[in-house]
Amino acid sequence: MTTSQVQGPAIQVQGLEKSYKELQVLRGVDFEVARGSIFALLGSNGAGKTTAVKILSTLLKADAGTARVDGFDVATQASNVRESISLTGQFAAVDEILTGRENLVLVARLRHLKNPGKIADDLLERFSLTEAGARKAATYSGGMRRRLDIAMSLIGNPPIIFLDEPTTGLDPQARIEVWQTVKELAEHGTTVLLTTQYLDEAEQLADRIAILHEGRIIVNGTLAELKQLLPPAKVEYVEKQPTLEDVFLTLVGADSKNGKDSKDGKRGDQAATTAASASTSDK
Amino acid sequence: MSKHFFGDTTVLLGRSLRHITRSVDTIITTAITPIAMMLLFVYVLGGAIKSGSDSYVTYLLPGILLITIASGIAYTAFRLFLDMKGGIFERFQSMPIARSSVLWAHVLTSLVANLISLVVVVLVALLMGFRSGAGVLAWLAVAGILILFTLALTWLAVITGLTAKTVDGASAFSYPLIFLPFISSAFVPTDTMPGPVRAFADNQPVTSIVNAIRALFTQQPVGTDIWIALGWCVAILIVAYAFAMNAYRRKIS
Repeated sequence: MTTSQVQGPAIQVQGLEKSYKELQVLRGVDFEVARGSIFALLGSNGAGKTTAVKILSTLLKADAGTARVDGFDVATQASNVRESISLTGQFAAVDEILTGRENLVLVARLRHLKNPGKIADDLLERFSLTEAGARKAATYSGGMRRRLDIAMSLIGNPPIIFLDEPTTGLDPQARIEVWQTVKELAEHGTTVLLTTQYLDEAEQLADRIAILHEGRIIVNGTLAELKQLLPPAKVEYVEKQPTLEDVFLTLVGADSKNGKDSKDGKRGDQAATTAASASTSDK
Repeated sequence: MSKHFFGDTTVLLGRSLRHITRSVDTIITTAITPIAMMLLFVYVLGGAIKSGSDSYVTYLLPGILLITIASGIAYTAFRLFLDMKGGIFERFQSMPIARSSVLWAHVLTSLVANLISLVVVVLVALLMGFRSGAGVLAWLAVAGILILFTLALTWLAVITGLTAKTVDGASAFSYPLIFLPFISSAFVPTDTMPGPVRAFADNQPVTSIVNAIRALFTQQPVGTDIWIALGWCVAILIVAYAFAMNAYRRKIS
């Protein structure tokens, strides 16, 4: 379906600039994203993350600079770029009046795929939404809506996926569900560019992290590289207290710990592992 | 135009038609205001109105049909606005589909929804004693004018749907359109109106459209009214389409 150009990085951005009237949002942004990796664009509100994603997903035109996605220029080969990508915007882009299944069928049809019904059913199962499939998306919780949103983005197996603040506004459990989904995507070889304002999200997910600040990338590297930018940590002995998140997730997730099939099982497992990893990874 | 234009438009049309069948209330509210007005004017005020025709409901119906369309297109602006706000618009625009099919789906949905409302209003008018000896050709001409008028107003609605800042703004623009038939020949002949009002009423689009439809219903010669009516519809359609497409290009580039 997609004519993915196998060589070269999945995303190449050079000297990208964009202003809204007087306001300079991007002032020369450069970065590359390797194929199959998770790349996090980290920045506070208004840093220009969404603008960058919109330019890369052909929704906005840059004032200057070039961007290539899957080898295609976003300005001159926009329709090729659209074949190669999927965008999951800041607000879950699901049709609330349609059911979850209908949303998936809709996207499959718009991507001109055969057998949209089967594609929809497979994705509902993969995202533990089978039972909710016949319900209107308006009745979904924030986490379910996000999962449906991401499922819609996977239709047609685009090699590159943009996730713009995928966990903003989600409760802790839904956040972990989304993280799990993103990790699975990368394991299947999809390139993921995600923006986030949460430091721990970038830390949890990303192979590389770029910090976007006032329209420029001020650092870009792996987590280990970023940590080396600061002087070595001083060794202190601090009594490890569980965070409120550990407590919350342990309490809420404790009653169901089963495989993927049960709706809440995933959460339970996740909660336990996060609580465990959180308590070992403190300084 | 992309090779997928018709296929994509059909898929998206199916989507927004499903919105309509799941919120039948939009069709009912679209039809209920004009029906209430028709009841009010025929059974309360009609006795005192000298329309110069035997059946006031027959005199009134063309204007009521235009009010139906004017209130119906508010939902087009509303649905388009919600798509823009909700992010699904951006999803569609970032997908490999014919980009203008997103707008066309809304426009065609508006046409279908308004035609259903119009049929409902005509059926109620029939119950209230509306009769027409119009032949098939005359009915087709009426349908043609109404479709053209719906398309013209729908593209106006697209402009507001694309540019509105709030939900209220997206649907409020239709109020003046609903009001326009009152200052026309829709409810009373214009000869009793004072000079300036009459001048406005005689020369605004609703009067010529109403007169043309009325003449078709009552098998009178349509005269120049039908050409003026078609001229207005086509002119509004072209101007609104140009502005809507311009607003759309600014949104998606």
